[in-house]
Amino acid sequence: MSPLPPFLAPYFHARGWTLHPHQEEMLARAAEPALLLVAPTGGGKTLAGFLPTLAELGPAPGPGLHTLYISPLKALAADIRRNLRAPIEGAGLAIRVEDRTGDTGSHVRRRQRADPPHILLTTPESLALLLSYEDAPRIFAGLQRVIVDEIHALAESKRGDQLMLCLARLQRLAPGLRRVGLSATVEDPPALARFLAAHPGPCRVLMADPGPDPDIAMLETEAPPPWAGGGGRHAIPEGLAEIRRHRTTLVFHNTRAQAELFFHALWLANEDDLPIGIHHGSLSREQRERVEAAMVSGELRAIVCTGSLDLGIDWGDGDLVIQVGAPKNVKRLVQRIGRANHRYNAPSKALLVPANRFEVVECLAALEAVRDHALDGEPRGPGPRDVLCQHILVAAAAGPFAADALYEEVTSAGPYAALSRADFDACLDFVATGGYALRAYDRWQRIRLRDGLWQLRDPRTAQVIRMNIGTIIDTEVLKVRMRGRGGTPLGEIEEGFAATLTPGDTFLMAGQVVRYEGLHEMTVEVTRNPGRDPRVATFNGTKFATSTLLTHRILEMFQQSGWPGLPRHTADWLALQREVSRLPEADRLLVESFPHDGREHLCIYGFAGRNAQQTLGLLLTKRMEEERLSPLGFVATDYATLIWGLEAVTDPAPLFEPDRLREGLEGWLAGNAVMKRTFRNSAIIAGLIERTHMGRRRTGKQATFSSDILYDTLMRHDPGHLLLRITREEAERGLVDFGRIEEMLARTHGHIDAVRLARVTPLAAPLFLEMGRVPVEGAGRQRLMEEQAAALMAAAGLG
Amino acid sequence: MNGHAFFFAGVRLTALPSGALWWPAERLLCVSDLHLGKAERLARRGGTLLPPYETQATLARLEADLEATAAERVLCLGDSFDDGAAADGLAEPERLWLRRLMAGRDWIWILGNHDPAPTACGGSHRATAVLGPLTFRHIAEGEAEVSGHYHPKCALAGRARPCFLLDGRRLILPAYGAYTGGLWCHDPALVALMQPGALAILTGAKAIPLPMPRRAPQTRPRSSSFAR
Repeated sequence: MSPLPPFLAPYFHARGWTLHPHQEEMLARAAEPALLLVAPTGGGKTLAGFLPTLAELGPAPGPGLHTLYISPLKALAADIRRNLRAPIEGAGLAIRVEDRTGDTGSHVRRRQRADPPHILLTTPESLALLLSYEDAPRIFAGLQRVIVDEIHALAESKRGDQLMLCLARLQRLAPGLRRVGLSATVEDPPALARFLAAHPGPCRVLMADPGPDPDIAMLETEAPPPWAGGGGRHAIPEGLAEIRRHRTTLVFHNTRAQAELFFHALWLANEDDLPIGIHHGSLSREQRERVEAAMVSGELRAIVCTGSLDLGIDWGDGDLVIQVGAPKNVKRLVQRIGRANHRYNAPSKALLVPANRFEVVECLAALEAVRDHALDGEPRGPGPRDVLCQHILVAAAAGPFAADALYEEVTSAGPYAALSRADFDACLDFVATGGYALRAYDRWQRIRLRDGLWQLRDPRTAQVIRMNIGTIIDTEVLKVRMRGRGGTPLGEIEEGFAATLTPGDTFLMAGQVVRYEGLHEMTVEVTRNPGRDPRVATFNGTKFATSTLLTHRILEMFQQSGWPGLPRHTADWLALQREVSRLPEADRLLVESFPHDGREHLCIYGFAGRNAQQTLGLLLTKRMEEERLSPLGFVATDYATLIWGLEAVTDPAPLFEPDRLREGLEGWLAGNAVMKRTFRNSAIIAGLIERTHMGRRRTGKQATFSSDILYDTLMRHDPGHLLLRITREEAERGLVDFGRIEEMLARTHGHIDAVRLARVTPLAAPLFLEMGRVPVEGAGRQRLMEEQAAALMAAAGLG
Repeated sequence: MNGHAFFFAGVRLTALPSGALWWPAERLLCVSDLHLGKAERLARRGGTLLPPYETQATLARLEADLEATAAERVLCLGDSFDDGAAADGLAEPERLWLRRLMAGRDWIWILGNHDPAPTACGGSHRATAVLGPLTFRHIAEGEAEVSGHYHPKCALAGRARPCFLLDGRRLILPAYGAYTGGLWCHDPALVALMQPGALAILTGAKAIPLPMPRRAPQTRPRSSSFAR
């Protein structure tokens, strides 16, 4: 017997569709207050999420919002709207479905607030904005269901924490609200269920059949991958051959810049003129929509993309995934592979393209992990308090609130279930008075208590609060468009990159080479230019650290006597390293030192992931500064840190004493760039600093000052301030990642292999080509500055 | 002292690493753009609640310079207060602190665009001050002149620092206040003011002179900033 309601059954039967068991179960368990569905890609998750809504709304629903669907991507919301249209129109249902994202026009938004559709598709940020309006109680009063799609992705960032706070608010506005989470394969489903639950209520987990194992291999290429960097351009001929052989190929890259470069190279080699598109988060909406539409209608043979396509958009006939660059994380690789072949119960096909020599090793380790069904994942910490501060501000924008009621609401959200009242009160005090120990703003409180309710001192500030909603902190970007009236918008580039351009420079944007003409009203104007050797715009992409699971597998692999599973060029490289120095081991720490290019170098193979290796760089250079070794800078990758300076390090062991490192962590926390960046992000989220909005900015920078100054001021005058505590917490688990340094120290037990060499080693060489060098402020830098100034003075005849 | 000494309009002056200017012959210390009370002004106008410690931080720096030089005269080059109300809004300890610094010293407040009217803080208030061959005013316009207003900053070896700008005609001081941003010295406004051959003198641990860059550097150092 089909559990489908009679008004849906004919439509399904006419198409020969039958429900998967988990879809039937979702219908059967629609009354549960919270339910988490874990299903592989292609398992019809989204339909499973919406079936109960369609069943409840029926053919002729009354007015009012019934279901809120939240996705991490704007594109996903638009895609779902398209996909829902077929069954709704096919079954003749009078159900209104609309999306509402940052791309939705203001008149549509206003209408949606006055007359909401039955199903509203939106993003966490747009939901938070909706909840900041005074009419939120009216809009959401009748809400029955909320569907959180791709919840595994949202749960990895502060966007998820903010969303759970918003769901807690919704639950109060609509007490009968039921929640459904849709997740790809994850390593710990019960933890994700606790994240979604309306505490103290339960959230059960529904596991769908995981389907067959994927068909996955490394792409064999004629040319060996380069020594460093990414991009995978050496694999263009083979990649193109695979695209020709398949119906539709998704070519994933880890960064936007790499996607641009690869696409450009692919296009130059595309002699058959195969229709190939590019899609990433820095392209303009028009560009993205055009590619999405072409993809859905089956016009494209391949699409070069980034994480912006990681999540559930239905690409119809995709039958191959090519992952360029090491996947860094097995779970993400598995989820990406699922993007090929949306047919349930058919294996997905994927090829890995390591972008450089080291990634060959990493790709092989990842392949083996996928075959062994080993998934990686770090446990989630408690909900961050900067997000809570923003939530309190947004609550105040929506209207007066009582502290007790808000505390109760906040602690019903999974990430904040264990939040103490004292911590909540500290956040409230920060929002109200600034939370300063020595001198609070009593006269100019942002929110004040009147008749037992907190409210904005100046109601006009609600507008400012709304403009600062969100937890994604982007670097400042400028829009790029073709010169001329109504020139096509192409996307955006980082302001820092734009500042390095002079008219005539060419760079890659949206897959074409463009010439920089000038800056006009905060927009970069370009013209088409088929020039050679374009530069690559820098984009703000997330840099993931290689997971612990993968690094352990790599270290194990190093211990083999030979590497038959690796291509010859990579096996030879490792063998050469073993010959001239040694290969890193899991229970020892390899430290090489050698001179190069007039500077002394120290290379530490900690295999602790990018963030921890970066922290190690900061701590070690601080120790070196104390030892008068004049370090000048360092660069970190997932597996090593390379430090350069003016003096050779003959005995590195004392630098690694765990107690001194931990001590250094405390002291060093006081004044480094990583902490300041973390502070800035938290200060923006918590509402201490306003985001710079395009167009509101003045010309020149006289009126602006660096958030670093605020950080330094707080460190000196108010070291116990809430935002500094938040910054410390954030940094330790995120950018600082000291946990993985501890893990590295524990597994190496102080066994340090110090190797002094005459020149750069094979394993260290790629580090010289890495981006993201961090300068060290110290005696060495001061010496260099003075030398450089003196040289400039002498050159100008002023010396 | 890690200052940089130079001659300007026939007078021997020292650019201090803190951003203050020292005139030994007159025992005069000159500072510009203190912007005292900035955090309070932002809060009053419904903005964010910045750490209200910038006045203390600025006064502490000023006190250190006064002690180190044993200055007898002090000249503040304008924008000393973030606005008129900020002068009245100083917390009691800060007001007393400022009074203590002023006690026994000849103190001149030059009026700036942020504080165009005299405040009740004592000292004398002037639009411009002429001392010997030098003219002191807030915004540059003439010869043999010391001014502020622009908050010049300059990058060297990848670092940005507030800086003095110096040529044969004029001397522009960096902003001395804690919560102050800067204008790149290659900004057209500053390039137009300064003659070719001008020097930028960087502040920091030590005052470092270099030829003033008149073009944007190839790669700009990362600086995170926000509009007030």
